[in-house]
Amino acid sequence: MLRIFNKILRTGRLTEPLPAGEATVAELGAACQREIAAKFGGSLAIRMVDAGSCNGCELEMHAVNNSFYDIERFGIHFVASPRHADLLLVTGPVSRHMQAALLRTYAATPDPKLVVAMGDCGADGGEFGISYASCGAVANVIPVDAVIRGCPPTPLQLLQGLLQVLQIKTPE
Amino acid sequence: MSRQEQRVRPAQTTAFAAQLANADIDLTSVAGPAGPETLLELNPADWGRAAAVAATAGLRFAAVWGEHRPPELLVTTLLAGGDGHLLLRTVLPDSAPQLPSQTPSFPAADRPERHLQDMFGVRFVDHPDGRRWIRHRAWSAKWYPLRREAAIAGTPVAQTAPDRSYPFAPIAGSGVYEIPVGPVHAGIIEPGHFRFQAVGEDVLRLEAHLGYVHKGIEKLAEGRDLAGLARLAGRVSGDSSVVHTWAACQAAEHALGIDVPPRALALRAIFAERERIANHLGDIGAICNDVGFAFAQVQMTRLRELWQRTSAAVFGHRLLMDRVVPGGVAVDLVSDQLTPLHQEAQQLHQEVKSLMPVLLEYPSLQDRLRNTGVLSPANAERLGVLGYLGRASNLQDDLRRDAPYPPYDRLHIEVPAYLDGDIEKRVQVRGDEILIALGLIETLLEKLPEGELQAKLPLPNRECAGLGLVEGWRGETLAYLRLNAQGRVLRYFPRDPSWLSWPALEVLTPGNIVPDFPVCNKSVNGSYSGIDL
Repeated sequence: MLRIFNKILRTGRLTEPLPAGEATVAELGAACQREIAAKFGGSLAIRMVDAGSCNGCELEMHAVNNSFYDIERFGIHFVASPRHADLLLVTGPVSRHMQAALLRTYAATPDPKLVVAMGDCGADGGEFGISYASCGAVANVIPVDAVIRGCPPTPLQLLQGLLQVLQIKTPE
Repeated sequence: MSRQEQRVRPAQTTAFAAQLANADIDLTSVAGPAGPETLLELNPADWGRAAAVAATAGLRFAAVWGEHRPPELLVTTLLAGGDGHLLLRTVLPDSAPQLPSQTPSFPAADRPERHLQDMFGVRFVDHPDGRRWIRHRAWSAKWYPLRREAAIAGTPVAQTAPDRSYPFAPIAGSGVYEIPVGPVHAGIIEPGHFRFQAVGEDVLRLEAHLGYVHKGIEKLAEGRDLAGLARLAGRVSGDSSVVHTWAACQAAEHALGIDVPPRALALRAIFAERERIANHLGDIGAICNDVGFAFAQVQMTRLRELWQRTSAAVFGHRLLMDRVVPGGVAVDLVSDQLTPLHQEAQQLHQEVKSLMPVLLEYPSLQDRLRNTGVLSPANAERLGVLGYLGRASNLQDDLRRDAPYPPYDRLHIEVPAYLDGDIEKRVQVRGDEILIALGLIETLLEKLPEGELQAKLPLPNRECAGLGLVEGWRGETLAYLRLNAQGRVLRYFPRDPSWLSWPALEVLTPGNIVPDFPVCNKSVNGSYSGIDL
C-alpha cells in the first residue's frame, strides 16, 4: 500500500493544458464548457459505437481518458448506454452487419443528440469504402453533425474536434 | 510461485510426410509457395484423415484458407511443429465443393472452416457444427463473396436486417437463464455478441457470435497493388498494424524473391517490439481496471501515452501505421534519435520493473486475478492458442525463436511461460514480455545496420505466391498472398492470432461469475476486427 501511495505522490499531476494555439483552444474549451453547462446540464455524455472500425480509433479514444488529456475536466465523459448519452461518437465504415445495431443505438439515444463520425472511415468509408459488406461513411446510415478526420485522429485532434462540434453545433 | 517449464518439441514437421505415407495417404505433389514452408498436396478424400495424422504427431493447427481459381477451389491448411511450418493443400472442383472437416482432429479449425464455408461455399461434410459464421443477413446463403465471379459491390439491400436468427446452442434446466450481450457493448470496445447461459452468478456456458465488423477485407484486397495491400493490411486490426503489414509485405517479398535491406528489417523489428510494448502496457492497465484497480490503469496509460508520443515524434505515427511498406520501411531513424530512444527504453524498463511487483503482490488484485479465467495447459494445447495466452498456460510457441525470420535470426529470444493459466499469469507474461522487448529494442538500436530503407520490387512476370509469418504481440500472425504477373493481388488472407484465442475465451469463462467476464475477456483480448475481416 505504501508503495502505491509513494508512486502516486511521485507521479504527481500530469494533465496538460491543451497545446498548439493555446489561447484559442483554451478559449474554445471555456466556451464549450459554457455550452455544455447551458445545453447539457453541465456534462456531456458520450456513447461510443464501433460500427466497423479496425480498432485504431478505439485506442485513441481510450487515450483521451488518460491523465495527460483527461477529457473529463471539460465535463465530457463516456457512458455505457445510449440512453444516457448526449452524443454518439461513431467509428469505422458502417459494416452492413452493424447497420441495424447503429440505427437502434441512434433511436435509443434521447433527443436532443449529436452524432460525430470519428476517423477517415467514419468520414467517407476510408480504406474500406462501400461494398457488399460496408455501407461506407457513417452519414450514409444516420445523420451526422460533424466528422473528425484522421487515421486514427490523435487524442488531441479528437479533443479539439469534440470541442469544436460543441461550439458550432447546437442540438435541436 | 512462478513455475517455469522449458518445452522443447522435437523435429516434427520433417517426419510428417512419412507418417502420412504410413497412413496410406498419397501425396499428389510436394512443392511450396515461396518461403521456407513445404507444401504437401493431398486428395480431398484424405483431408480429414491427414488432420488426424497431424494431430497424433503433435502438430499444431495454425490456419485454413481458400482460394478460387476457376474451375478449381484450393483449400490450404497451415500446420506448425516445433521446427517450422508446413502446408497441406487440396484441390476441389468449384461446383458443389465438399471436403471432410479437420475440426474433429483440430477444434481450432471449427470457425476458420465455417468462414471458408460462408465465403466460398465449401461444404465440410462431417463438421460438428454446420452453422453459418461470418454471414449474417447482409448477403444471401447462395452468394459467396470470395468466389472469383462475385462482384465486390454485391447486391445489398438498403437496410440490412438485424441477425436475430443465429441459432445459439440451447441449454435447459431448472434456474438456467440466458444473458444476451451486444453487439454494442458498454465500454470503449469493438462490437460482438456474447450469449451467457448462467445459473445464479455462475456462467455455465458462453458462446460468442462475431462477424459484426466484417468489412470485406479479403475481397477488397483483390486487384490492389502492393502499396495498397500494405495500407489495407495495416487496418486488419489497428492494434496490430505493424505486424499485419509486416506479414503481408513478407509474403510479397517471399513471392517476388527479394531481400529486404538489413536496416529496414531492424527498423521493422523495432516497430513490432514498440507495438508489443504499447499493447501490453494498455492491457495490463485495462485488466486491472476491470477489477476496479484504477492505480494500475493510470500508471500504465501514462507509460503507454509517453511511448506513443515517442512513436509519433521519431517515426511519425502514434500507432506506427504505414511505417512498414513493401520492400522495406517508409521512415528512417536519424542518428541523433538513438540516444533518446536508448534512454526511453531504460526508463521504461525501470518503471515496469518497479511497477509489476506492486501490482502482482497486491492482495486485492491477487484475490480477483488468481485462479480466475483459468485455461489449463491441456486445453491451451488442444486449442492451439498463441502468444501471451499460450505462455500463461505453458505453451511457448514464438516464431522469433522457433522459426526465426530476419532480423530475429540474429537475436536471442527469451520466452516466458507459466503453468497456472490464470489471469494473473497473463498479466505477468505481459510484464515479462515488455522487459524482454525492451532488451531487444536496445540490441537492435546498438547494432542498427547502415544502408538502404527499401528494396526495389520487380514485376513478377508470372503468377506467384508467398507466405508471411511474423510474431505479433498476440502471437503468430500470418499472411498468404498470391500475385498475378502484373504484381496485383489475386488473393490475400490475413490470419490474426485471435482466431485461436476466441475459442479459448469460451473455454476459460464457464465456472467464473458473470461479473468476472469483462476481466476474462480483457485478459484474452482477442481482436474482433482481426477475425471478422
